[in-house]
Amino acid sequence: MELYQKTIHEINDLLDKKEVTVTDVTQAVVNRINAVEKATDAYLSLQTEAALEAAQGLDAELSGRAKRTSLEGIPYGLKDNMCTKGILTTCASKMLYNFNPPYNAEVYDRLSEEGGILLGKTNMDEFAMGSSTENSAYKKTRNPWDLNKVPGGSSGGSAVAVAADTAFYTLGSDTGGSIRQPASFCGVVGMKPTYGLVSRYGLVAFASSLDQIGPFTKDVEDCALVLNAIVGHDAKDSTSLNLEKTDYTQTLKQGVKGLKIGVAKEFFGEGLQPEVRKSLEDAIAIYKTLGASIVDVSFQHLDYALSAYYMISSAEASSNLARYDGIRYGFRAEEYSDLVDLYKKTRSQGFGDEVKRRIMLGTYALSSGYYDAYYKKAMQVRTIIKADFDQVFGGCDVLLTPTAPTTAFGIGEKTSNPLEMYLTDIYTVPVNIAGIPGVSIPCGLDNNGMPIGMQLLGPILSEETLLKTAWAFEHESGLTNLKAPLGTEV
Amino acid sequence: MSLTREDVTYVANLARLEFSEDEVIALADQLGAVLDYAETLSGLDTSKIKATEHVLAVQNVFRADEIESCLTNEEALANAPESEAGCFKVPRVME
Amino acid sequence: MEYEIVIGMEIHIELGTKTKIFCSCPTEFGQDENTHTCPVCLGMPGVLPVLNEKVVEYATRAGLALNCEIAHFSKMDRKNYFYPDLPKAYQTSQFDLPICTGGVVGIEVDGVKKDIGITRIHIEEDAGKLLHESADGTLLDVNRCGVPLIEIVTEPDLRSAEEARAFAEKVRNILEYTGVSDCKMEQGSMRFDVNLSIREKGSEVLGTRTEMKNLNSFRALIRAVQYESKRQIIELKKGHTIIQETRKWDDTKGTSSSLRSKEEAHDYRYFPEPDLVPIVLEPAYIEKIKSELPELPEAKKQRYIDEYKLPEYDAGVLTTTGVTARFFEDAVALYNEPKQISNWMMVEIPPLLKENEVSMENISITPAQLVELLKLVKNNEISGNTGKEVLKEMFSTGKNPGDIVKEKGLAQMSDTGELEAIIEKIVSDNPKSVEDIGAGNEKAYGFLTGQVMKATKGKANAQVANEIIRAVVAKHLA
Ligand SMILES: [Zn+2]
Repeated sequence: MELYQKTIHEINDLLDKKEVTVTDVTQAVVNRINAVEKATDAYLSLQTEAALEAAQGLDAELSGRAKRTSLEGIPYGLKDNMCTKGILTTCASKMLYNFNPPYNAEVYDRLSEEGGILLGKTNMDEFAMGSSTENSAYKKTRNPWDLNKVPGGSSGGSAVAVAADTAFYTLGSDTGGSIRQPASFCGVVGMKPTYGLVSRYGLVAFASSLDQIGPFTKDVEDCALVLNAIVGHDAKDSTSLNLEKTDYTQTLKQGVKGLKIGVAKEFFGEGLQPEVRKSLEDAIAIYKTLGASIVDVSFQHLDYALSAYYMISSAEASSNLARYDGIRYGFRAEEYSDLVDLYKKTRSQGFGDEVKRRIMLGTYALSSGYYDAYYKKAMQVRTIIKADFDQVFGGCDVLLTPTAPTTAFGIGEKTSNPLEMYLTDIYTVPVNIAGIPGVSIPCGLDNNGMPIGMQLLGPILSEETLLKTAWAFEHESGLTNLKAPLGTEV
Repeated sequence: MSLTREDVTYVANLARLEFSEDEVIALADQLGAVLDYAETLSGLDTSKIKATEHVLAVQNVFRADEIESCLTNEEALANAPESEAGCFKVPRVME
Repeated sequence: MEYEIVIGMEIHIELGTKTKIFCSCPTEFGQDENTHTCPVCLGMPGVLPVLNEKVVEYATRAGLALNCEIAHFSKMDRKNYFYPDLPKAYQTSQFDLPICTGGVVGIEVDGVKKDIGITRIHIEEDAGKLLHESADGTLLDVNRCGVPLIEIVTEPDLRSAEEARAFAEKVRNILEYTGVSDCKMEQGSMRFDVNLSIREKGSEVLGTRTEMKNLNSFRALIRAVQYESKRQIIELKKGHTIIQETRKWDDTKGTSSSLRSKEEAHDYRYFPEPDLVPIVLEPAYIEKIKSELPELPEAKKQRYIDEYKLPEYDAGVLTTTGVTARFFEDAVALYNEPKQISNWMMVEIPPLLKENEVSMENISITPAQLVELLKLVKNNEISGNTGKEVLKEMFSTGKNPGDIVKEKGLAQMSDTGELEAIIEKIVSDNPKSVEDIGAGNEKAYGFLTGQVMKATKGKANAQVANEIIRAVVAKHLA
């Protein structure tokens, strides 16, 4: 196995034994980027030279030091909606084509403090709105398992970088499934932590009450390592949880004996690809052999989740994206007649179609006369969905579901019908509505060789249980650090 | 329920967006479809349900009233499309 | 037909916190443009607000001082609209659950006392400043963005410009006392919006109202109310209907004009601010703030009457502002002559403040210096008139009164020996006066006193001099 193909914990072993240097590791992944990035287009911008320089600096420092932290010297990528001082942060939007933030996202600060080496900023759906990364204003990221298929979205670039071994790990953001769905489509591990666990400071807001940052990794153990680094209270984020620090690797390998895993028929409804269903049934069987008990659970109101999600997320987005007006930063239209025209021209030219659609939907849902019917109603449905999850987790520890109804679809296949695109999020959005954590891990391949994702959900702050459940399956099934048939030179 | 073109135009103005006639027609259709789908919500009686604004019961998060460093004028204006005399510049605003 | 003016007010007050409401930038007034900004108040992508604890404390204090209920649960909301002075394109404010509700403030106009209801007080952020200095555009200064405000909304209980003014002054008085704001009108720390309508006297139904925004002086408030009520009455008399609209008051022209915009009627799309969590105030917190409230003007005034035996008028003037009251109390603590202190503070100090273009807040003399001066007068070391001269000197130099008296040789002559010699000479030189006195013309004493003052350059202690003059004259007559 090539160096760039390894997991973080494998690289850690080599670095700790001084068998390789940070420069070796970084050079390996930079070479890999040079070889395959033009085929996958995972990154919007690259910092490979700065990364190599940082690697050399770190090697010099590490030679005189016995201990290093778990992410020290590990090259990674950030979704381009996380602010990086001195590095363009575009959100894959024309609106921020030249935006150079004078501040860092809290997660970037934390990873820098850990000694992480930033390789670049990854492609995404514009302002994280989309399920295929086709809404990027700059490029189409391709699924390394089939270059004609989408990587999922909105964190498609982050998922692909890990799947194509052009980063050891990446961060994405998940508002309605934007980490878990692309993880599923690309055959990697992707986790959305409990709302409030990871600081949102410096994450360009899409829907504030739903957004959460999380990792993409090659296996579950790596997921725990990255989580360790990014979780923690941040006084700059009022919704950040102030809890004692957890080491997520501690309980990782405890097994699932006696664990109650719930299965709800509402997650196995119409439109579910048969191979996805089969693959999940196989996973259930594996859990049984590992000593977990499988229990039937059911939801009363899951059907309402998607509508509520699109109302809440669009309403918040319409307000969050109002600040892009061409006055203080970012794009400004070249020609305009007066102030109002400046606003309208700038926003109409700067935003892509999907973003404008969501702003329109959200503005409508909040406007006079419709607030009660749409926005308020959705916030009430949120209470009901939360209660549904509470009741379900009264009967099981973990809920097992498909991450998405299908495996990755073709590029261009769903772009003409927004509603059809929205329906691909049906299994992921209820999680954001309830604020609970969820992880997607690979659980097989379909008949075309495309990865299938299994989603594990748990109550608020059940990350340890989720990771241990995921690790047990991964370990038993051997479905770990999957390699897309991308070759070494594309 | 579907969305009229007038609705689209009204909302577009609120959101400071503008659309061509074709786009207005397409948006009325696409948003109408999403709103029709959202109509399922109206079937649910929520009259006694409290709205959830925050999924977690966090409250009273405050900061101390202490001054920290500001951006310099140059830093503040660094990303501005147009500036003059240390200020952001916009077309003349009639008061 | 007799008309009645119905007025409701919204008062915006900038709170005197050190930092802005959601970020750590200073709130200092009058700095260079765009030097007190950060990513948060510039509304940059991805940044988040964190509420300043002092804002909650000050709003609670203001609410208690204005007799409001303090909400156990309140929350922040977003008010969405586009304007260049609003970087996020929404103002973070409070919509349906404000921090204070249902207060009352008593006013008095022409001896008539009246209670004015306060509907609510909420917390919000100030906007930036648009400068119209550029040749071909408008400039934006973000320094004021995010300065914390409270907005006080009244019931439509006010009936005249005088009542509106009395209410506004009372609110300023109370809030300045509680220390939540300096209420400096000239810096925009206190601004008024007026909602005004006219109805037939005796009617219960409210007429159509207009709104005038951002009146930033008491003068503008009074004139705007007078103008607008007259305008509406004339319209009604002509049989026209009043259009509900926002009007702009032009203080230099003394007229208001419609601000009917071409834009849509405001649809602010309020919704709960997802980036800020609820404010939950326990009774213990509210009690603590209550117990720390300073004595408010009304109570203080009564105490001055009871404790210091001051006339009601004096007590009223001295309690107009907290600064004046503090000065007075500090002086009384050093020197228990409340009436004497009050006289000097009410009669002598105000013209000097005006002359030196300063206010009580930055007065150059201390209570201790005033007391020292009053003691000099009381002990006849200087005359009252000399005292006034010394006070003037104190204002301009900041020197202690004792030093001024010494330097300028202003001390009164009370030495009877020295005075006797001078008076003996004057009496001898003016036999006509002695004669007049002998003939029963008491006025001649005045002439002699004047001569003594002239001879001593006003330094003679008038009382002592008079006694000696009488004795010497008596001797000459004998
Ligand atoms: Zn600031």
